[in-house]
Amino acid sequence: MSPPVLQVEGLVVRMRTEGGVAEILDDVAITVPRGGTVGVVGESGCGKSTLLRAILGILPKGAETPRGSILFEGRDILADHAESARGRIGFVPQDPYLSLNPVFRAGDQILEIMRRHAPGSRADHRRRILDLFRAVQLPDPEAALRKFPHQFSGGQRQRLLIAAALACDPALVVADEPTTALDVTTQREILALLRGLVVERGLSLLFVTHDFGVLASVCAEVTVLYAGRVAENGPTRAVLDTPQHPYTRMLLACHPDRATDLTGIPGTVPAATAQPSGCRFHPRCPIIRSGCPVEPPPLEALPGGRAVACPWHADAIPEAVHG
Amino acid sequence: MALYVLRRLLLALPALFGLVILTFVLSRVVPGDPAATLAGDAATPAQLAEIRAQYGLDRPIMEQAVIHVRQVLTGDFGRSIFSGRPVTEEIAQRLPATLELTFAALLLAVLLGVPLGLVAALNHNGPVDHLVRLLSVGGLAIASFWLAIMLQLVFSMDLDVLPLRGRVDVAIGLPPRVTGFLLVDSLVAGRLDMFGDALRHLALPAITLSLPGLATIARFTRSGVLETLQKDFVLYARAAGYGRVRLAAIYVLRNAVTLVVTQVGLLFGALISGAVAVEAIFDWPGLGTYAVQAILSSDYKALLAVTLVVGVVYAVVNVLVDVAQALIDPRVAEDAG
Repeated sequence: MSPPVLQVEGLVVRMRTEGGVAEILDDVAITVPRGGTVGVVGESGCGKSTLLRAILGILPKGAETPRGSILFEGRDILADHAESARGRIGFVPQDPYLSLNPVFRAGDQILEIMRRHAPGSRADHRRRILDLFRAVQLPDPEAALRKFPHQFSGGQRQRLLIAAALACDPALVVADEPTTALDVTTQREILALLRGLVVERGLSLLFVTHDFGVLASVCAEVTVLYAGRVAENGPTRAVLDTPQHPYTRMLLACHPDRATDLTGIPGTVPAATAQPSGCRFHPRCPIIRSGCPVEPPPLEALPGGRAVACPWHADAIPEAVHG
Repeated sequence: MALYVLRRLLLALPALFGLVILTFVLSRVVPGDPAATLAGDAATPAQLAEIRAQYGLDRPIMEQAVIHVRQVLTGDFGRSIFSGRPVTEEIAQRLPATLELTFAALLLAVLLGVPLGLVAALNHNGPVDHLVRLLSVGGLAIASFWLAIMLQLVFSMDLDVLPLRGRVDVAIGLPPRVTGFLLVDSLVAGRLDMFGDALRHLALPAITLSLPGLATIARFTRSGVLETLQKDFVLYARAAGYGRVRLAAIYVLRNAVTLVVTQVGLLFGALISGAVAVEAIFDWPGLGTYAVQAILSSDYKALLAVTLVVGVVYAVVNVLVDVAQALIDPRVAEDAG
């Protein structure tokens, strides 16, 4: 088996804020195998975006030097803010409306990225962009090169950004909720496009979302984050069918497609400046008991390539699922 | 785009027409009878009436307004009461001097202000940033007449490296007049010595005049860049792997300068009015000194003409600013239709 494209180990990211030091990510591990599709899921504020920013080397100014390691193609890119991985990691941002500079032509913005990170001449780059525009089904690729961002619709802009992410033939594509800013029909089209590209081009994909439906349609594996720590991970199908961590179970119960009654999870994600001691989920946990660990529970490996950070996971205490 | 430029030009016309009417009204409501000024203190009523008839001041006010508009449209501003020469001729002779000075000041302000603002924003709250902020407060706070005198004291009197006043050295002389801009005419004539002389004379007044503009432009560039740096597309560009220098100097700056360009249009008005004081101190033979002279001698014809010409220049500059805006940001032309 070839080594994974991306291997994050023990990642800790802290941010200096006015309310004190916020622990955004704590001991996060995630692995994207070559050709694999991995989803990161969790509520707003669980650290999904920060994880992506750490991988892309664009953590905000207030961030302390992160600890842990981010191995990309076997090299630690945490120290050089991913500079050595530029062009090798394609990025599909969340908001296609705000992510392109309004005063430059779409084509020029992509060519600028390629000029620095892709081999070949400008003519080669142009040809490649036109190919990509066709691959992402942008109408009239030649004209699209010369258009300004505001002349595209939201869905077209996201296609454009997907093409831009693929421009330098990246080893890994990282997508940050690429469909949340779009309407539902466009969302479907973009997801179908992404799925198609993943299969055709054998892309390695790291996909952040808060939507299990979206997740299931794109990702083979999933990591569930809660309050900056990994709650559970494993193959998407298995995690969705038999969630082990109480948080995953409650999160799934909130999903409109699955919920019998939409109760939601009581309480809110704790503030990053005041993380609870022990298990971070304990203030909201329905199965909390006296035997809960005093330290944050480590990930425990389960059969089937899964892991969970709760000693009372479903397989261990089956009645907890129903109780 | 062509349509946009045409629209901007057409929109400037009503403003200019308003200016023509306004100057006329002002020249009639200000206290003092122009005829009395012309005739002098010892004039008899008969002489006054004669002068009134000669200048058309005895006709109904509406008729006078129509005549005024017609004269202005044909570029005829009458004769100066002070010198007796046609006002149009006098202005044509002096306008290039003022424009050369203001354009030089504007160029300095932009060429120094934009990089200063950019560097300050990139070193937000660093020492360079504080220095630029100090400079931009100082640039607006320092009175230009004081700065002018200080510059004269240091560079003309003490160091004796730059001329004290005027536009040319008599010993070197003027190039043949083509545009009236000495820097251009001297090059057309192929006289580098004259070019150098014109530049040396231009230096101190241009620096004096540019300082408030430089301060404003540095400040707006700084805040524009700081604002743009917060945008999602900058974060995206960083993640996608834009080069640092290119990101700041081209990608971010182009968004930031839209603010600055608007300021340039507004600044131009301030520069022309600022030129009045600066020209007086440096004895610069431009419209400013001409206007001061016209005010002192109640030469309302000359004053009216200066006001109009400055108004036209201001309008033209602002049309150019609008066009520059549209070239920088394609959405501007489309939003305006």
